[in-house]
Amino acid sequence: MNHPTELKNNQKELYYFRWRLGIAAAIAALLFTLLVGRFFFLQVVQHEYFSTLAENNRISIVPVVPNRGLILDRNGVVLAYNYSAYTLEITPSKVRRLETTINDLAALVDIQPRDRKRFKKLLEESRNFESLPIRARLNDVEVARFAANRYRFPGVEIKARLFRHYPKGELASHAIGHIGRINDADLEQLEEDDEMANYRGTDHIGKLGIEQSYEKQLHGITGFEQVETDAGGHALRVLSHRPSTSGKDLTLTIDSRMQEAAERAFGQFRGALVAIDPKSGEVLAFVSKPGFDPNLFIDGIDPVSWDALNNSPDKPLNNRALRGQYPPGSTFKPFMALAGLELGKRTPSYTISDPGFFTLAGNTHHYRDWKQGGHGMVDMKKAITVSCDTYFYSLANDLGPDNIFNFIGQFGFGKKTGIDIEGETTGLLPSREWKMKRHKQKWYAGDTVSVGIGQGYNLATPLQLAYATAILANNGTPIRPHLVRSVRDAGSSQAQLMPIKPAATLNLKPENLALVKEAMVSVTQPGGTAPRVGANAPYLIAGKSGTAQVIAIKQTEKYVESKVSERNRDHALFIAYAPADDPKIAVAILVENGGHGGSTAGPIARTLLDFYLLGKLPLPLTPPAAEEGEAHD
Amino acid sequence: MIKVNLRQLRLLLTAHIDSLLLNFILALMVLGLVVLYSASGQDLGKVTSQMINMVVALALMWAIAHVPPQHLARLALPAYVLGLMLLIGVALFGDISHGARRWLNIGITRIQPSEGMKLAVPLMLAWYLDRREKTLNFKDFSIAALLLVLPVGLIVKQPDLGTALLISAAGFYVLFLAGLNWRIIVGLVVTAAASAPILWSLLHDYQRQRILTLIDPSQDPLGAGYHIIQSNIALGSGGVFGKGWFNGTQAHLDFLPERTTDFIFAVYAEEFGMAGNLILLTLYVLVIGRGLVIAAKAPTLFSRLLAGGITLTFFTYAFVNMGMVSGILPVVGVPLPLISYGGTSMVTLLVGFGMLMSIQTHRKLVQS
Repeated sequence: MNHPTELKNNQKELYYFRWRLGIAAAIAALLFTLLVGRFFFLQVVQHEYFSTLAENNRISIVPVVPNRGLILDRNGVVLAYNYSAYTLEITPSKVRRLETTINDLAALVDIQPRDRKRFKKLLEESRNFESLPIRARLNDVEVARFAANRYRFPGVEIKARLFRHYPKGELASHAIGHIGRINDADLEQLEEDDEMANYRGTDHIGKLGIEQSYEKQLHGITGFEQVETDAGGHALRVLSHRPSTSGKDLTLTIDSRMQEAAERAFGQFRGALVAIDPKSGEVLAFVSKPGFDPNLFIDGIDPVSWDALNNSPDKPLNNRALRGQYPPGSTFKPFMALAGLELGKRTPSYTISDPGFFTLAGNTHHYRDWKQGGHGMVDMKKAITVSCDTYFYSLANDLGPDNIFNFIGQFGFGKKTGIDIEGETTGLLPSREWKMKRHKQKWYAGDTVSVGIGQGYNLATPLQLAYATAILANNGTPIRPHLVRSVRDAGSSQAQLMPIKPAATLNLKPENLALVKEAMVSVTQPGGTAPRVGANAPYLIAGKSGTAQVIAIKQTEKYVESKVSERNRDHALFIAYAPADDPKIAVAILVENGGHGGSTAGPIARTLLDFYLLGKLPLPLTPPAAEEGEAHD
Repeated sequence: MIKVNLRQLRLLLTAHIDSLLLNFILALMVLGLVVLYSASGQDLGKVTSQMINMVVALALMWAIAHVPPQHLARLALPAYVLGLMLLIGVALFGDISHGARRWLNIGITRIQPSEGMKLAVPLMLAWYLDRREKTLNFKDFSIAALLLVLPVGLIVKQPDLGTALLISAAGFYVLFLAGLNWRIIVGLVVTAAASAPILWSLLHDYQRQRILTLIDPSQDPLGAGYHIIQSNIALGSGGVFGKGWFNGTQAHLDFLPERTTDFIFAVYAEEFGMAGNLILLTLYVLVIGRGLVIAAKAPTLFSRLLAGGITLTFFTYAFVNMGMVSGILPVVGVPLPLISYGGTSMVTLLVGFGMLMSIQTHRKLVQS
């Protein structure tokens, strides 16, 4: 029996170790000999065979990039398309001295330092022998000049490639978004999604808006060509071909003419507008002013344009409709009224005598109404019509924060609407839990009072306001707002409509809904807060104005004195739907620093409603003048 | 002339450098840079960055060579425990890249703990077996085997078959050199053969594919078999003397995958032929030979086991990579030691060589 592990003698142990080491060395030597044998077999015995294979081994696989799908408005107007143009491309593996070649090329075509930088970056990122663009969009003269000198530049070619273009520029830029060059983060995502193979040869990817969220449909499927090449890698003939499948064309819910009318109606004002068809959830107009030209971003934005956009005090890159969070102000009141009726805290006839302020029991603090001296005797309908703060202070106090949170939450406040573009913010519908978590403070009765008129902690995005209005207009049936109406396979005439799945209808009493809706109609009638909106309209408009106080902008120090005051003016809000008896459109409008809702945001609403319901093109905008009776929201 | 050079080096790098081993390593590194320049499409940037990798790794080697073996032994347990905890961390919170969970984000940077285990495992086993030197019975070997299986299991799970294989090999070498009973070894081989079908069922699809395509690469010429076929063509068409530097068509027409990393040997073999392969093999044999001599002369069981384990692991690196590229082993992600582009494996290898040098030079000091 062999008991090596029990050896005590050092010398013997060393001897045994060396014996084992020797065995290991012998096995290693044997395995290396095996490798030598394999080398001999491949490199000597089969050398002829493999040489022939290597000689013939000139088949490369070249990706065929699919056409990106088009983006059309609901009437088929093109909002994003592709055009073919020439690019100058270099295959680095075939060029001996890259720097010299580029310098020589610069004599023939215009090559800017920016092009060189971009090329260098592409070079670092690419590993295979695909050709890389040094200049895009050559003009005819440049193409001709290069063609005549082509023999001097092996490994440099002119290729026809597709470029994306947004013909309407700024129009609906915040909804459409844009594409841009694929960067490291995109690559990582593609790798994770197992999409790398499908993006071989693709340089661009959706970065924002619909271009981003519908990337899968728009991109298509990359095809492949097996190409036989000569020793230098030049294509000789195509051996086999799997065509690419073009991306799908998207038809949006947006009407570009109405979008244009809405954007124009804002004039110089900043703000946002979202219009929704309450019966389908289709977004008819999606405005965030100012916008930006998405064409700038496609091949990497130049530093000058970037600084201009990024440093502008107007923040044109900020998607106000989707991400801007504003206090809803008095536009919150119809939903509060409904809560009061539904939860049995108010009857339609319940009337208060408004002294112009509200006090909590055991407290002398005055919560003031916007109208000094008050509105006199106020029932629910009047409370909405004249936007009586005192009525809603007391209602909020009677409802309490939990009832408000639970009931109003059903209209989508404090949650994402689920619209089909990314980046949506949730707004804020405050609750006891939220306050404890965020501010480490318990909820005070005073908090409820401010929440009741849409101030306090309340925040909503214009999209959320439009959605809530649409739910109200649709008698309590929420339908997720969406921007894409249908998807069509390229080459097929059959468009596939996006499915519309209404959520469960809210449990609301018809008579309560009717009362609130009736009151909203009277808002746009003489005696309401926005009579100008409804003046001379051949259809009835239900609406509610609102004003949101501006919290001082931090960067104000930069601006001249007169501007500071302008940017600290209140934001104007307006929600509306029409026709009141059979709503076809619901809209929410926010005008930054627009003053009172009825006077600036209201007319924009009317313009839009006239356009949609009557097909009336708007007149050039006249600056809204403050009017008697619209002094406040 | 050579003598003068050696003396200068010795003066420069102090007594803790084994100049023979260093010269073999440097020769391999130079060869590596020559191949890399061609394989990368004459990308000086890549060559420079590899040189930086080498300088950093050499500096670490130099530093480790100054740590006496008994201090290395003291590092064994903490290094092993830390490595194991990091591996558990990877399994729980690791980042996924290329479908495998190998990286751990520690705030400032991402680390790959399995790499450090290539050294921590042989270190730990050598230390443990050295402590149990007086008894060294079946129970000790069982515990040592468990110490090996723990990290290997975690790494297989990631999955990272190449690293798991190298660490298992390193651990097995230490056990073998410590005198693992032959009957157990035979038993292990038999069990492995018998459990092959079970292992097969545990493998990931891509791992199975690699083994299947090794048996018959032509069944999937544009998919998984493509790499093997193309690298065989590269080797075979290289012939006895090769096509010459920069003239490899396989490499430069993009038929070779990963041609600066795992498949760099195919570029080398195509351009320098069988003659070049024999030169490379000779250099590897010299490094391995020197390592075995250091192990054979080492004074303690710990240093013997560690030196032997490190040297034989280095052999495994070289053999597995060349075997994979020449088509006698499945494709596992193992780089060609000291030649493939990449800083991580370079550092691990040279830290290992630093340990060898420490064992060799401190022995000499003790004796003199």
